[in-house]
Amino acid sequence: MKDQTLKQQITEMATRYPASRSAVMPALHLAQAHYGYLTQDAMAEVAEYLHLPRVTVLEIATFYSLFHTRRVGKYHLQLCTNLSCMLLGAERLQRQLEQQLDIRCGETTADGRFTLTAVECLGACEMAPVMQLNDDYCGHLNEQRLAEMLQTLQ
Amino acid sequence: MYEQVLLLERRDSEYQDLAGYRLAGGYSALGSTLRDSSPEQLIDLVKEAKLRGRGGAGFPTGLKWSFVPKGNASAKWLLCNADEGEPGTFKDRIIMEQTPHLLLEGMTLAAYAIGAAKAYIYIRGEYVTAIRRLEREIQASLQAGLLGKNILGSGFDLDIYVHRGAGAYICGEETALIESLEGKRGQPRFKPPFPAVSGFYKGPTVVNNVETLACVPPIVQRGADWFRSIGSEKCPGPKLYCLSGHVRRPGLYELPMGISLRELVEQHAGGTHSGKKIKAVIPGGISAALLPEPALDVAMDFDALSAAGTMLGSAGVIVMDESTCMVRVAHRIIEFFHHESCGKCTPCREGLAWVEQMLGRIEAGEAKSGDLESMERLYGNIEGNTFCLLGDAAAMALRGVVKNFRHEFIERIQQGGRAA
Ligand SMILES: NC(=O)C1=CN([C@@H]2O[C@H](COP(=O)(O)OP(=O)(O)OC[C@H]3O[C@@H](n4cnc5c(N)ncnc54)[C@H](O)[C@@H]3O)[C@@H](O)[C@H]2O)C=CC1
Ligand SMILES: Cc1cc2nc3c(=O)[nH]c(=O)nc-3n(C[C@H](O)[C@H](O)[C@H](O)COP(=O)(O)O)c2cc1C
Ligand code: SF4
Ligand code: FES
Repeated sequence: MKDQTLKQQITEMATRYPASRSAVMPALHLAQAHYGYLTQDAMAEVAEYLHLPRVTVLEIATFYSLFHTRRVGKYHLQLCTNLSCMLLGAERLQRQLEQQLDIRCGETTADGRFTLTAVECLGACEMAPVMQLNDDYCGHLNEQRLAEMLQTLQ
Repeated sequence: MYEQVLLLERRDSEYQDLAGYRLAGGYSALGSTLRDSSPEQLIDLVKEAKLRGRGGAGFPTGLKWSFVPKGNASAKWLLCNADEGEPGTFKDRIIMEQTPHLLLEGMTLAAYAIGAAKAYIYIRGEYVTAIRRLEREIQASLQAGLLGKNILGSGFDLDIYVHRGAGAYICGEETALIESLEGKRGQPRFKPPFPAVSGFYKGPTVVNNVETLACVPPIVQRGADWFRSIGSEKCPGPKLYCLSGHVRRPGLYELPMGISLRELVEQHAGGTHSGKKIKAVIPGGISAALLPEPALDVAMDFDALSAAGTMLGSAGVIVMDESTCMVRVAHRIIEFFHHESCGKCTPCREGLAWVEQMLGRIEAGEAKSGDLESMERLYGNIEGNTFCLLGDAAAMALRGVVKNFRHEFIERIQQGGRAA
């Protein structure tokens, strides 16, 4: 079922730009927040509201790494593995997460609770090693802190 | 003692909202400029201060603004580059989180200088706290008459919008940013024409980094002479340095441009956290070639670092102690660039894939003699042959590692040979 508030938000968004095409990224962010991830229907809605071909919307959704065209877990763990975090043990933390959650990076647990992703620099290297749990940074990680955190999320 | 003007002494939450920022003298620069100065005078002031772009390339900001054609023939645009994707860099995030109005005031001044009525902050998608704070403070500014129609009764109008990126390093390159803001895939355009002449929907467009724009209110408040009294003659002003890696006190430091890299790392950041010796330091985000320990006595400015064969870039200073494996570092750097290649040109897209494979083999001990030389030829062919600077940066960064730590690559190849 289509949602009128989403339509309104997207149409309002389009007025901020000289052409409505510019609103495709904000619209995809809104649709993703609304539906959890970008389903075919969600992308079709965005295309309709912004008067764009569906293939254009799909092209944008797949170019950018923060848009998900597959379901992600309730908790999305995005572990930075770039240089500053790597120097401070991110690789060990990655192995620990893979073991404890019993999935590899890029996968979601069978119960749909956790998705684990290895990501590039999060722009928070002063708190390395760091990961993003949904929208929040969790910095200065070590094995113990990570284990404790997973427990509270169970 | 150096007085901080960008981090405002870091009294944390005080400057996060409009009232706190105004108490500290915020928006007096905007008030006096709208009252007393023409756009041309503001551009001249920024030229006189010799402000150079803090996004990494160091292009003179006043000069860039002056390339925007005068008159109302077409709409002009100001874009704030807050995409900050360079690994090792977090300065723009902290400005936006701690003193959002410093950026908003700087943008309003810049928009006045070039005659833009709309401005966008293209901010990396992960910066959720900064996004929320900027959106909240833009509303506060609108209510206070500091944005919107007829700002402070001057007749000047400006709207600022936050545009959330979605995770693509290449969108920090200004023409890719413009493509992305036009609702397309973020792939660079050919320059020239430079955006100042033809940019967002073909209109004259200035793209400036967050820190560059944050320097503008202090320049107006304190004058061009004050700004030029900090740092060196050709590279003046305050500078934010991002310290990370094997360092005792990681974090953001505001110090004069041109401070010695050794002083920055050893004194301000306290040296290595392990107490081990420093092996190498990357001075400007991973696009910049690393410097081995003996080369740390260099000034942190655009010209001195360029003369030393590397660059100031985003001033993301990454410290590596003796225990660091340079083959691993090289492999990780190239994995990053290959992952972020936008795919538009072959040397970058295919070349980096090959280099990554070769580094993987060397690291795994599966390489044979001669492989290092083939890899060097390969990245030599990437350099200078790519459409934008991403491919070049990858090759330059790798060259820096191999040049200074060649023996580690050779040892790994020889050990691999024995093990096989
Ligand atoms: N902050 C970050 O996260 C990152 C920063 N970088 C930095 O980006 C730098 C390269 O940026 P580019 O934009 O490719 O460099 P560039 O040298 O092409 O341009 C620098 C700025 O000057 C302007 N400009 C240059 N010549 C001009 C002319 N003749 N007329 C009008 N405007 C002119 C450009 O439009 C641009 O805004 C590197 O030095 C690197 O340090 C790279 C990756 C990430
Ligand atoms: C691959 C690549 C990525 C870039 N990423 C950024 C970035 O994240 N932030 C930024 O301010 N400049 C970035 N730049 C530089 C911009 O193209 C441009 O020079 C800068 O935004 C101009 O602003 P300034 O003059 O205020 O420095 C990047 C350049 C390249 C080649
Ligand atoms: S050098 Fe790489 S990132 Fe730049 S245009 Fe070519 S493929 Fe894209
Ligand atoms: S390298 Fe991990 S946050 Fe920057």
